[in-house]
Order: sequence, then structure tokens, then C-alpha cells
Amino acid sequence: MLGLGVDRLQADINRLLTSLFHQGVLDEQFLQLQQLQDDTSPTFVYDVINIYFDESEKLLRSLRLLLMDREFSDYKKIGLHLNQLVGSSSSIGARRVRNVCVAFRSASELNNRPGCLRGLEVVEHEYHYLKNMMHELFQLEQQRLLAAGVRYPM
Amino acid sequence: MVCEMETDQIEEMDVEVLSSMWPEDVGSQADNQFNVEKPVGDSDTLKEVDIAEKRTMADLKRLPELMNTTDQGSSQLTNLVRQWEYMQDHAVRLLREELKILTRQREEAEAKELKIIEEHNFETEEPENVPVLDETSHLFRRFRQKKRDELVDSKRVVIDEEFDTVAYWKQKALSLEKMLEASTERERRLIEKLNESLKTMESHSAPVEELTQNLNRAEGFLHFILQNAPIVMGHQDKDLRYLFIYNKFPSLREQDILGKTDVEIFHGGGVKESEDFKREVLEMGKASKREITFETELFGSKTFLIYVEPVYNKAREKIGINYMGMEVTDQVRKREKMAKLREDNAVRKAMESELTKTIHITEETMRAKQMLATMSHEIRSPLSGVVGMAEILSTTKLDKEQRQLLNVMISSGDLVLQLINDILDLSKVESGVMKLEATKFRPREVVKHVLQTAAASLKKDLTLEGNIADEVPILVVGDVLRIRQILTNLISNAIKFTHQGKVGIKLKVVSEPSFATDKEQNETSVWICCDVYDTGIGIPENALPCLFKKYMQASADHARKYGGTGLGLAICKQLVELMGGQLTVTSQVNSGSTFTFVLPYKVATSDDHSDDQDEFSDMVDHHQPEPDDTTEGHFQFKPLLGSIYSNGGPVISSNSFLPHKAMLTTTPLKLNNGFVATPSNNTGQSETVQVENGGYMDESRQNCPESGNQYVNGNGRCSSKESESCSSSQASSEGGGVLEMESELTVSSLREEEKTETELKETSKQPKILLVEDNKINIMVAKSMMKQLGYTMDIANNGVEAINAVKDTSYDLVLMDVCMPVMDGLKATRLIRSYEESGNWEAAIEAGVDIKTSENDQAFVRSTDRLPIVAMTANTLAESSEECYVNGMDSFISKPVTLQKLKECLQQYLQ
Repeated sequence: MLGLGVDRLQADINRLLTSLFHQGVLDEQFLQLQQLQDDTSPTFVYDVINIYFDESEKLLRSLRLLLMDREFSDYKKIGLHLNQLVGSSSSIGARRVRNVCVAFRSASELNNRPGCLRGLEVVEHEYHYLKNMMHELFQLEQQRLLAAGVRYPM
Repeated sequence: MVCEMETDQIEEMDVEVLSSMWPEDVGSQADNQFNVEKPVGDSDTLKEVDIAEKRTMADLKRLPELMNTTDQGSSQLTNLVRQWEYMQDHAVRLLREELKILTRQREEAEAKELKIIEEHNFETEEPENVPVLDETSHLFRRFRQKKRDELVDSKRVVIDEEFDTVAYWKQKALSLEKMLEASTERERRLIEKLNESLKTMESHSAPVEELTQNLNRAEGFLHFILQNAPIVMGHQDKDLRYLFIYNKFPSLREQDILGKTDVEIFHGGGVKESEDFKREVLEMGKASKREITFETELFGSKTFLIYVEPVYNKAREKIGINYMGMEVTDQVRKREKMAKLREDNAVRKAMESELTKTIHITEETMRAKQMLATMSHEIRSPLSGVVGMAEILSTTKLDKEQRQLLNVMISSGDLVLQLINDILDLSKVESGVMKLEATKFRPREVVKHVLQTAAASLKKDLTLEGNIADEVPILVVGDVLRIRQILTNLISNAIKFTHQGKVGIKLKVVSEPSFATDKEQNETSVWICCDVYDTGIGIPENALPCLFKKYMQASADHARKYGGTGLGLAICKQLVELMGGQLTVTSQVNSGSTFTFVLPYKVATSDDHSDDQDEFSDMVDHHQPEPDDTTEGHFQFKPLLGSIYSNGGPVISSNSFLPHKAMLTTTPLKLNNGFVATPSNNTGQSETVQVENGGYMDESRQNCPESGNQYVNGNGRCSSKESESCSSSQASSEGGGVLEMESELTVSSLREEEKTETELKETSKQPKILLVEDNKINIMVAKSMMKQLGYTMDIANNGVEAINAVKDTSYDLVLMDVCMPVMDGLKATRLIRSYEESGNWEAAIEAGVDIKTSENDQAFVRSTDRLPIVAMTANTLAESSEECYVNGMDSFISKPVTLQKLKECLQQYLQ
């Protein structure tokens, strides 16, 4: 809190990002996102990711409802939801979520219900992992900003 | 029984009732003497046995004769005699056995007697009586034993008298007399018995009688069995003349058969064969069987199993044959049916296994497809990341050396991306994922489009020309996407290796080539030969063989000089072969090469209405009144020989907006397409399309005076004379630039003036961009990117909104997502293009779009300007770039959208 940890926090952020990139959780599209953040929209990444989480949560809930229905057969709707999810995930660079979504979508195209259920589980898992990681990242970011905001009169 | 059979005969042969060998209704009753009378009503089998006696063999005189003269006949008699003898022997043996038993019993009895005598000897002093009767008789023995018992009894009675007295002797004599009497009585009885037994001996039958009985029985049995059996029996002499027949065909009388040969009796198939067979047996002297199918007028088609054995006389000489035929028509038919069923079964099984194989392959293919879809992104996205980052890097401040390095890096990255795309294409073909689609298309149009596209990116002083022979059908069916791909590939290849002269496409109809394996090609299909020729560097002969191999270029030198992946031709070849054609090449070093591919197409009937055609017919309606070269109905272009291509410089400078210009040039070309629908007007001349970089001004000049056609005016703007103004207009937006040209070149109209005003305003104003996208995140990201690039944009959430937006506002660029709910990008683009062609939204309204009519509709009659539409694809297999082009999109950005991609796109279309 004395503003001395800025470098350490930055290093932490970088390490976290590196590990996320390394694991394939994120890809370079996320960097694009970061690039778009400038002085006119200082919280762009945070905003976009938040909207992404809101939207995705809705989609996942809807997917789960659809799949839990015993007499369900609307694979087309599943496909549409997944298209959305794939699109937005690839836009923010959430690579692993996107990839498992693609697999899920293939299962839905084949009307493979067990495959879909498995797909949903995997997608939810990846999604929550991503959410946790992002949460951590934003927290670090916030701390860094706070730390960076500390100024000492010279 | 017979009646039953009659009714059953009507039913199918499959029914397990054996029909009579001969038809029931043949032959008169009079002829029936040797056949069973058909009993009316029910008759039990016993009765039939009775009537068996009535049945007589044919030719009774001959039969005993036969029996007497032949081996078999005499042997049968001897058999019977032997049987009788055997029976007698058997009886004798039984009697002997009985005798043996009796003798043994007698011996036992004697032994017993002896024992008893010994026991009683000391008691009786009476001397042994002298036997009177012969001792050999068993009866006597027994009698004696009995007598002795009696004696013992009587003795006790008798011996009360004194021995040797008169009374004693008297008594003794008396008892002896009694015993004699009994003995005589016994003797008499024995004689009686003997006589009796003699009498029974006499009553025993004579052997002949027994034999006759046996014979009668045998005959009766045979009749019983044979009368309804589908068996015909006969005997034929050495000359194969019938001497005897049983169960003959009912309509033939005895005299018709006896003394005649088969050939004399029947006519038709099988008769000769049976005759030959009999003769063969006769000669070989060995009995054998054969199945012969008769095909005679008399009894139709029947199959007989014939058994023939030679008959010998006692001197072992052949005197004829015995012949037995059994009708097996049904069995043969069943057997054949079975064989057929078995065959069918085998075929079905083979088909089944084939099917499972196909299913397996399909599954594999599906998997491969999925993998491809994933792979395509997996490989591309990190690579595009690298390239994208490098591009971003290039926007930063760099010194000269760094910039050079970075440029190399970017171009290498692009090359790898291209390579991956090519590999994906190739693996798509090879994994069978690539499916051919049959769509109607106009070959002329395809050639034109390919040339236009090529011209758009042309950076060399080259003439591009197309030449389509008259006989090439207006409308054919084939996979237009692939054909375009092949043509584009070959053309770009040709352009790459050609530095001056011309590059062109020539289409002509050829006869079915020899390699065509698919014989089902009928008269509705046509083989079109397509030559893609150039005047380029040519290919040395020794390089020709490996030309179509993957990753091969004519030489390492060329690879270095011209770049490229070396996959293009391999893909072309694969595609052509996939479509059932052949790709060949001829070339001469330094004077050019010609790639030729021959493909089969189906000829489409032009009265069919496809969406596509509707679009075009709309256009025809719209443009028909306008005079053109083609108004003569000859559908021809004057070849623009002698290129006006004198100055390369300005053209290169105008390159940046060439793609858009190429689109503009399509308008006059499409006018000509409108006339494609009237093939009858074709003259002997062939059509030549010539597209030149920055060209068309000759043509447009030709057109302008006679037609006053406002649609061609765009073409002139890039002529060498105007190139200066052209380049000056690059500073403003593309749309503005074009409008500026128009105002300069054409007779000004109210509309043009309006546009000019707009254009003037636009120089200081932002270009209007429309983003059509349904995904919130994508919208947000794209918007932010736009902001960073210094633009703002409108948003539409689906195709319908996009159409309404386009209708109400004039945009300079539309970024269109392909995959959207309500209406996808492809359809929306098609509808917008249709509006541009026709000037009305009818197509869209037809498609169910709710077009809100606004009062100021008239203000937006700028339908003739082609609105740049850029697709945003997720790069999956379903959204191929070709599809985007076919649906009227100008370009595409693959998702996820990066800053660099967006920037390039905007540069291209808004500069």
C-alpha cells in the first residue's frame, strides 16, 4: 500500500498472463483487447470481460436448461447459443473456452446428447477457470493501479 | 385324392403338394386303359390297392418274353425259387433243432431211470423183464418206466400169495395180460397219431403256389406305389424302340409309343438329348442318371431325372435299355430359386458390407472434417497472432533496418499462412471432405469474373482475354466454386510467370475424351475443354512430369524468384480429377504454356428458374432497353486488340483501389450477360471478353456515344489520361472518388449533382460504416478498434436490420458477419446486391424482409454504386471465402478481427 509493490505487482500480472498464455487459456486476441484500452477507455478490458461473463453466464444457463430437458431435441438452438459463445470467446481471446465450445458444437451437430452433456460440463469448467483467473488478474491490476497511483512528493 | 391334386394344381408350385407328372386333362377316357381310373369323390387308398389288379402292364406278350430272355428276367425267377428253397431249408433246420432238443431230454430221462433201478435193485428179486419193444423208441422207454412204476404198485398188491404157487402165477398172468392190453391200446393211439401227422404233411402247399402268391403280392405292391408316382418306366430295344412303357403320357395310345423311338414320338427340346443319352448308356454298358429338360408341344416344359440301365440277355449281350424317368420340374425350379436366393443373399451381403464400409468411411471423413475445422483455426490463429503482432510492431517507430527485418517477417508469415490454406485445401480434397456441389452457372460469366478479379490485382502490363466458343452452352451444371478456384489458380499462376504479352482463357466443347470412365454420361452432358494460356517464361520439358506434384516448382531457381507454395497446381489437378476431368499442360520455354483441363458438365435447361437466374432476369428487364454491342443479338465482344497500355506507372499508383474498380467494371459486363439468355441469336462468331488493367475505356467510349449509358461511365475514369485525377482523388474516400469521376465524365443530372455535394461534404466528414454483427462482445471489440482507428460506425444486429439500414442510409462500407440469426450475412448481401442491380427491394420483400418504406426513397436511387461489403468469417469449413465471393461480397476478414486486419480493410475500401 505504500506504492512500492508496483513492480512486483506488474511482475505478478505478467507471470499470471504468461502462465495463462502458456496453458492456452488465453491467446493473442487478449493482447488485442489490451491494446484497445487507452486513456479514453481505461477500463475497456475489464468492461468487455465483464459483459462477456454476463452474456456467457446467460448462455450457459440456457444451454443447461435446454440439455436438462428430458424431451429435448432442439440441437439447432444449442448450435446457435454455441456460435454466440464461440464468437465472443474468440473475440476476447479465451482460447480454451472457445476450443471446448467448438467440440461441444460438433457434438450438437451430430445430435449426440451424451457428447453435448460432456461438452457442457467441460465448457462450464473452462469457463469457471477462466473466470477465476480473470478475477485474479483484475484484482492484481486493481492493486497495481492503486499502487501506481501513490505519489510521493519529491 | 386325385381330385385334391387337381385343385391343388391351380395353386402355386411352392405348395407342398406334388402335382401329377402329366396334366390331368389330357387324353380321353378311352385311352386310359392303362392308367388309374380317376375315382370320383373320396376313395380310400385300400380301394386303390384293390384296383391295382385291374392295371395291366403294357404289352403283356412281350413282358414274359422279356422276362424269359433277359438276364434280369431269369435272375428274378431264380431269385424266387431260391427264396422258396431257403424257406424250406429254414423249416428243415427248425425241425432238426427240435429233434436235437428231444434227444437230449430222452438221454436225461434214461440217466434218471438207471439211477432209480439201481436204488431199487436190492428190494426186488424179480428178474428184469425182457423188453418186448424196441428200445430205440423213446415212447417205449417212457412207457416202460411207467410200467415199472405200475409194477411196483401191483407187486405190493400181488405179493400176498405165496411164491411159486398156482395162485401166484395165476395172479401174475392176469396182471401181465392187463399190461399187454394197455400196451396194445397205446400202440393203436400212436398209429392214429402217425396217420394224422401224415395227413397234415399232405396238406402242405406246393412251392409253385406259394411263388405265385408272392408274385401277386409284389405286383400289387408295385402298382400301389407306382400308380400315382411321377415316374415313367419303359424298356427300349437296341434301336431304342419302346417295347414296354408304364405310366406313359395319357394322350398317347399304346400303339403310338410301342415300336417307336423317342424322336419319332416327341418333338422339341431335350428329346434328342435323351435319345443320345440312352444311346450312350447302351454303348458304355453302364447305368447312369441325367437330368434333362424337355420342351415339347405335348407337355410343355418339364424336367425329368432319367435313369437308364443297359439290359443284357443270358449270353451277356446287350439287348436294350431299361429306362426310368422321374419328373423333377418343381424340384429343379425350387433348386434354381434357391440358387438365385442364395446368390441374391450373397449380393445383398456384399452390398451390406460395402455399405458398412461406406458408413465407416463417412464417419472417418466426418472426424477428419472436424479435425480439419479445428486444425484450420489451431494453426491459423497463432500464426495470425504472430503476423498480426509483427504488423502492429511495424506501425511503431522503427529504424530502416528494423523495418526491413520486420517486412521480411511479415511476408514470411503471409507465405506460411498461404501455405497452410493450400494444405488445408489439398487435405480437404484428399480426405474426401471436399464435396462437389451441382449448381447452375454460366461459364462465360465465370470466365469474365475470374479475369476481372485477376485484372484487379494485376501489377503487370498484360492483356487478359477470354474466348468462349459458340457451342459452349449458356447454362451448365457443375461445381462453380471449384471451377472458379481452378481457373483463378491457373490464371494467377500464368500471370505470375508472364512478364509481357497476354494471358487468357479459352472455352470450347469437345467430344467425350477417352479417359472418361463414367459411361452413364448421356447426351445431356457436355465436355468442355478449357485452355489457360500465357506468353510467359514457359516450362522446360524435363520439369513437366513433376509439375503437378505437391511442393514442386519447375526449379529451385523459380521458387526463389517467384515464390509460391508449389501446391496450386497439385490442388488444381486434384480438383479436376475429383470432378472427373483431366488437367494437362503443354509448354515451350520462353514462349508460353497452356494448361488445359477437360471437364464434364450437365447442360442445364435454361427455362429452369433458380434464384440466381431470377436475379439476372431482373437485371435483363432493367437493362434491356439500353443499346449495346450485344443488341444485335450476336453476343460478341469486339476483341480489343492493341492494348492502350502504354504507361505502367500511374496504373501502379492507382492499384490501391483497383479491387473496387474491378467491381464497377462488372456492370457493363453483366449487361452482356443479360443477353446470354438468348442463345439462338448466336452467330458463328465466338465471344471474347477482354479485361485489362485499367482498361475498358475504349469500350466505354464506344458505348458512351451510342448508348448514353450511365452505368459504364465508371470505366473510363482510370484511363491513362485521367490517371492523374485518379491518383489525386485517392486522398478522398473511394466512394467520393468515383462520384467525382462520374461528375466529370457524364452529362450531369440532378442525381449526380446531389452526389457531388455529398462528396464535397464527405471530404471533411467521416465515412459511414455499418457493422452487421449479432455478438455483443464482437460489437464492443470492433467498435473499440474502430475508435482507435479513428472511425465510428453503425450497428445492425442481423441481416434484416442491415438491409433496412442500407436502405435508409448510404454507407461506404459494410462489415457483415456471415453467421447470424434471423438472416445470415450471405443472404443479406445477396439481397443488397439484387437491390443494386434492380433498383428495388422486391427481392428482399419476397424474402420476407419487412421493408419500411420511407418518403425519401427516391433520394437513394444510387443503386448503381456497388456498396463494398466485407464478410467476417469464423474461417470454418461452412463459411468458405469462395462462398462469400459468390454471394456478392467483395472481401473477407477472418475472425477474430484484429486491429491490423481491420485497418487494412478500411484502407482498401475507404481510402
